[in-house]
Amino acid sequence: MTEPAQRSMRLGARRLAVLCLLALSWLSGPAARAEELNVAVAANFFGTLQKLAPKFEQASGNKLLLSSGSSGQFYTQIRQGAPFDVLLSADSDRPKQLETEGLGIAGSRFTYAIGTLVLWSPKADVVDRDGKVLRGGAYHMIGIADPRNAPYGAAAQQVLTALGLWETLNQDKKLAVGENINQAWQFAATGNVDMAFVALSQVSDGNAISGSSWLPPQALYTPLQQDAVILTRTGKRAVAEAFLKWLRDDPQAIATIKAAGYHVAE
Amino acid sequence: MSLALDIAWSRPDFQLQVECEFPGRGITALFGRSGCGKTTVLRCIAGLERVARASVRFNGEVWQDQRRFVPTYLRPLGYVFQESSLFAHLDVRGNLEYGLRRVPAAQRRIGFDQAVRYMGLESLLTHRAEQLSGGQRQRVAIARALLTSPQLLLMDEPLSSLDLASRGEILPHLERLHDELSIPIIYVSHEIGEVMRIADHITLLEAGRVRAFGSIHEMLTRPDLPLAHLEEAGSIFDGVIAEHDARYHLSYVGIAAGRLAISLRAAPVGQAVRVRIDARDVSLALEPPQHTSITNILPGRVMDVTDDRDPAQRLVRIDVGGRPLLARITRRSAAQLAIAPGVALYAQVKSVALMD
Amino acid sequence: MIESFYSPDDLVALWISLKLATLTVALLLLLCTPLAWWLATTRSRLRVVGEAMAALPLVLPPTVLGFYLLLFLGPYGWGGRLMHHLGLQPLSFSFGGLVIGSMLYSMPFVIQPLQGAFQAVGARALEVAATLRAPPWDRFFTVAVPLARRGFITGSVLAFAHTLGEFGVVLMLGGNIPGRTQTASIVIFNHVEALDYSGAQRLSITLLVACFILLLIVYGANRHRAEVAAVA
Repeated sequence: MTEPAQRSMRLGARRLAVLCLLALSWLSGPAARAEELNVAVAANFFGTLQKLAPKFEQASGNKLLLSSGSSGQFYTQIRQGAPFDVLLSADSDRPKQLETEGLGIAGSRFTYAIGTLVLWSPKADVVDRDGKVLRGGAYHMIGIADPRNAPYGAAAQQVLTALGLWETLNQDKKLAVGENINQAWQFAATGNVDMAFVALSQVSDGNAISGSSWLPPQALYTPLQQDAVILTRTGKRAVAEAFLKWLRDDPQAIATIKAAGYHVAE
Repeated sequence: MSLALDIAWSRPDFQLQVECEFPGRGITALFGRSGCGKTTVLRCIAGLERVARASVRFNGEVWQDQRRFVPTYLRPLGYVFQESSLFAHLDVRGNLEYGLRRVPAAQRRIGFDQAVRYMGLESLLTHRAEQLSGGQRQRVAIARALLTSPQLLLMDEPLSSLDLASRGEILPHLERLHDELSIPIIYVSHEIGEVMRIADHITLLEAGRVRAFGSIHEMLTRPDLPLAHLEEAGSIFDGVIAEHDARYHLSYVGIAAGRLAISLRAAPVGQAVRVRIDARDVSLALEPPQHTSITNILPGRVMDVTDDRDPAQRLVRIDVGGRPLLARITRRSAAQLAIAPGVALYAQVKSVALMD
Repeated sequence: MIESFYSPDDLVALWISLKLATLTVALLLLLCTPLAWWLATTRSRLRVVGEAMAALPLVLPPTVLGFYLLLFLGPYGWGGRLMHHLGLQPLSFSFGGLVIGSMLYSMPFVIQPLQGAFQAVGARALEVAATLRAPPWDRFFTVAVPLARRGFITGSVLAFAHTLGEFGVVLMLGGNIPGRTQTASIVIFNHVEALDYSGAQRLSITLLVACFILLLIVYGANRHRAEVAAVA
């Protein structure tokens, strides 16, 4: 081979070797650490769990790795072998299903929080405390989460159906359907809709609800039970059980959850 | 030393059937009209076109036959393209050194400085291609090809993309190459003027076939070939500067048949030169012309008389001192003077062009 | 000081994103250069097929791509089972899996500029190099590659930026695991979901500024090279 070609090939080979070494070192995962729990948590509870995690870590000496996402996405991923130890879902269906399919440990499922649906507007006088504004019809758009994949969205649909407004609102195209509960909240917060059905946890700081709001009677919708379940493929069952127990029984945990706008199962 | 070629290539719109030999020295022009296949032949010689049925042999070495195909980069040739095709990412020096570096030191016969000198590139070495004029680029391209110390130099219409001035600039360099280097050159062109200036032999290509091959003197004047019937048809004579006449501002070129006077040139006595005499500038006389203003008169004997394209004219080929001279005269004069093969007469040359 | 400006998650995620983008670009350049060269120079009829396949990731929604990759690389898919045979962990939910996903997702951004650049080199420059005694590999590295430089740069920059901003594939295939597959783009999303807009902005602006500086450096270093034609 000619000189210049030889030189450029040697240089190229050296660069290649360096790259390969780097690649190998980066591809290998971090060193395994004991007592680290991989928790998959529904987006709506993520913020709350971020507040709870340090308390648990202090109490137990174990670390929580939080992965936020949508329950549907987690379900798919868990079926495909995702390395989570615990799932804190936004509903009770998915954990039930996982249990049935043997992907969740039977008997480990429990309701860690119960959500509350609220019709909300950031502005003070828009929503009255009895929800009569809905019947009045003096609004352009209401925001809801997608009933097909968000439990709060399904609950909103149930409320509107019970009030006999679901068909009308759909026909008049007065519903803005967000991909998830956060989007619904964004619609209202940014003024793009007059009001939205959101989670109480999003608009309450434990004492008061911002703006103006209406709490639909619990009877109008299926309880927004959020269930947790330990996943069968966990290698840290004891720690997972300790975490769920803490979540259920620890007074600090319960207080934090309530302060975030959820109920707990009695 | 020679190049033996046998190419048979059939395409829907074009057939190439070339079987010929190129001499191993001097410049051979591969001449023909546009589209006759000249560039294709050159590319086949170089291995840039891969033709299924072709045989290319250089100095006994097989470059291509039914069983073998030596790729271009292994053939010891240089190639100058019609458009200079300098590498845009290298400066002139980089371009020149590209081939040089890839030739083992032991095989290099032309040095960097030598090639730069031949082509007059001293001041251009750090320039980039886009900063150069067309003529300058071609000079770089030629030098670049030379620096691979090729055993055969192929040039594909190197001047046709240049303007007249640039062409004039380069031709002297080519002539110098011809004189100073012993590399055989195959020079593709459709411009008879260029060919007349530098070629030693001509291979005439017509519609994908070799029509004829021979020395330039012969090919230009053969009445059966289209070359003698071109507007610019003429004859070539290779001679030497014999004498200068400062008083009348003349130089004399000695050829076999005698002497030709041209305008005074600065060339030294003894220098080899080539002159061109256009057929239309030659008139004939049966008797030695008296009291005529024409200075250049050569005695000769008629070889043949043929019809010209123009029905009013005839082409007369005359042997002067062993070399053919072409004259174009009116049919009427030819008849009246009874110009026929064997007749001894005097050729009056109105204008002699020195090829420099 | 930096530690107090960003949350620790932020820094780790930034690092993962940078690693991911760099590795993806490096591997893509390695893989796509011969591919782009083939696409640019072949006269085979398969070329159209190759071009379509190379462009396919552009058309697929990222989440769909992520989903299919999850199926393929997961323990029940071919990829996962192969890894199992080799005694290795499946690539889903790992950094390695993200690299593969990113490579697929950003591949068109490397192949297309490279192919264009190689095509612009044209046959003539390489013919010239052959007449100057350069064998095929030599011609490729000393003529085609330098002349295609702009393509390499464009492709690298595009793929780098694209990978940094990647979300759907990473989320689905990676599982959003902190320290392993949680990239900066996901953390930004998390901040938004948690209604921590200032946190989201901090990280977003960081990414923006970093990318902008990178682009300035890359294009600045290349401002001299304004080659239009491969040969002159």
